Amino acid sequence: MTAASKIDVTLATICAPSEDVVAREIEGDIVIVPLVAGIGDADDELFTLNDTGKAIWKQLDGERTLGDVAKVLAQEFEAPLAELQADVLGFAGEMTTRRILAARG
Amino acid sequence: MSEFVRQVKQPVKPLASRLGRLDIELTERCDNDCVHCCINLPAGDAAARAREMPTAKVKEILRQAADLGCMQVRFTGGEPLLRPDFEELYLFARRLGLKVLIFTNARHVTPALVDLLARIPPLVTIEVTVYGMHAESYEAVTRAPGSFAQFRRGVDLLLERRIPFVVKSALLPQNRAELDEFETWAATIPWMTKAPGHSMFFDLRNRRDDPEKNRLVESLRLTPEEGVAVLTRDADRYRKGMKEFGSKFMRPPGDVLFGCGAGAGLSVDAYGRAQPCMGVRAPGLTVDLAEKTLSDALDHFSTLREMRATNPEYLRRCARCFLKGLCEQCPAKSWAEHGTYDTPVEYLCDVAHAQARWLGWLKDGEKGWEVAEWRQRVEAT
Ligand code: SF4
Ligand code: SF4
Repeated sequence: MTAASKIDVTLATICAPSEDVVAREIEGDIVIVPLVAGIGDADDELFTLNDTGKAIWKQLDGERTLGDVAKVLAQEFEAPLAELQADVLGFAGEMTTRRILAARG
Repeated sequence: MSEFVRQVKQPVKPLASRLGRLDIELTERCDNDCVHCCINLPAGDAAARAREMPTAKVKEILRQAADLGCMQVRFTGGEPLLRPDFEELYLFARRLGLKVLIFTNARHVTPALVDLLARIPPLVTIEVTVYGMHAESYEAVTRAPGSFAQFRRGVDLLLERRIPFVVKSALLPQNRAELDEFETWAATIPWMTKAPGHSMFFDLRNRRDDPEKNRLVESLRLTPEEGVAVLTRDADRYRKGMKEFGSKFMRPPGDVLFGCGAGAGLSVDAYGRAQPCMGVRAPGLTVDLAEKTLSDALDHFSTLREMRATNPEYLRRCARCFLKGLCEQCPAKSWAEHGTYDTPVEYLCDVAHAQARWLGWLKDGEKGWEVAEWRQRVEAT
């Protein structure tokens, strides 16, 4: 990946799609298209999300904390909260480092 | 990367989107006046400019394309960079999440444009057409004084800012002696992953049908044997590639007219008319986007696969000819030269036969529609 540094996110962090990408929903898939240079490893790369990534992405509205997102998803999928918290933090950490998500808090 | 996100060149289900690809000819005008070109209206043609789609119309079409799931738009022309709103349209397309493929002669690549392309990359490698390696040859083709220096400056700007581009040539008597020089130079361009392509089998008539131009184009055409000599410069690679291609794609097509990608994408001309591909410009296969949408156009072209050839000459030859996969004959070429979908273009027929003879698929005097054991011959390449 490009020279991006790891960004620490916590359950108190609030994330939203960054202005450096365009997220498109095509036939049920989320396709993230870099807008600015240096997001993907190569010049022409796009990003797609698996089902968990999609579910998390849809909750990242720039208002809820990551902790709240994990709670909502734990209820929705009837899964242990600790598991969802780990997933949400892992996802948000990676996506903010790549500048696909913008974080505050 | 984690399991949540994958980096891909294309979305996982690109075929699920209704519109695979969109081509937009932003203008038919060009500041080159190339001897062989099938469009080239003068850059200053005020009437043509007045008829071109306004910025808002192009944006509306781009938005419709994105809504249909399209991932890539090609901006071509004429010379697309002649449009004063090019950067605005480019940015608009990129902000919709479209990749943008730019076809250009590079004469209007400016520092401001490369700044933009460096900041907001097109996500597809730009394609630059080259008409000669020296001012004399280049401008003998473009008939535009000063064009060579502008082209070189444009290419240098792309190189300096490391904006990915590839080059291809229009191979003409004026620059044919420079073929080696061109290919050697092309190999130094960091994004050239394979040898450059050459346009060399030029259409008669097409959009600029006039007897004088047709005579000129005929005089510029390579003979089929000369064409084969160019294609087979790297003989081993050509033979290997054709064997592989041949076993996959060679077979008599029957009477199906559009066995190609036409209609999977759409092409929009400078005046807002949608066609199934850039070459098929028949009124019956044209949808005016002033009144209809891209979605209407896709519906209109959905019957393309059911269209059948009726010309007896086509049915006697092309429909039964195993060279069809290799031959450039297609409804667009037929339309350009004859104004029908299914009239064999003799020049392309001769070129295909010359290639097949070189490959040993045909003996002297044999025709592609006469050979029953063509599979064995292709296998034996
Ligand atoms: S140019 Fe010919 S082969 Fe290509 S898409 Fe058009 S009709 Fe089909
Ligand atoms: S080689 Fe001739 S007969 Fe065969 S497909 Fe081409 S134009 Fe038709």
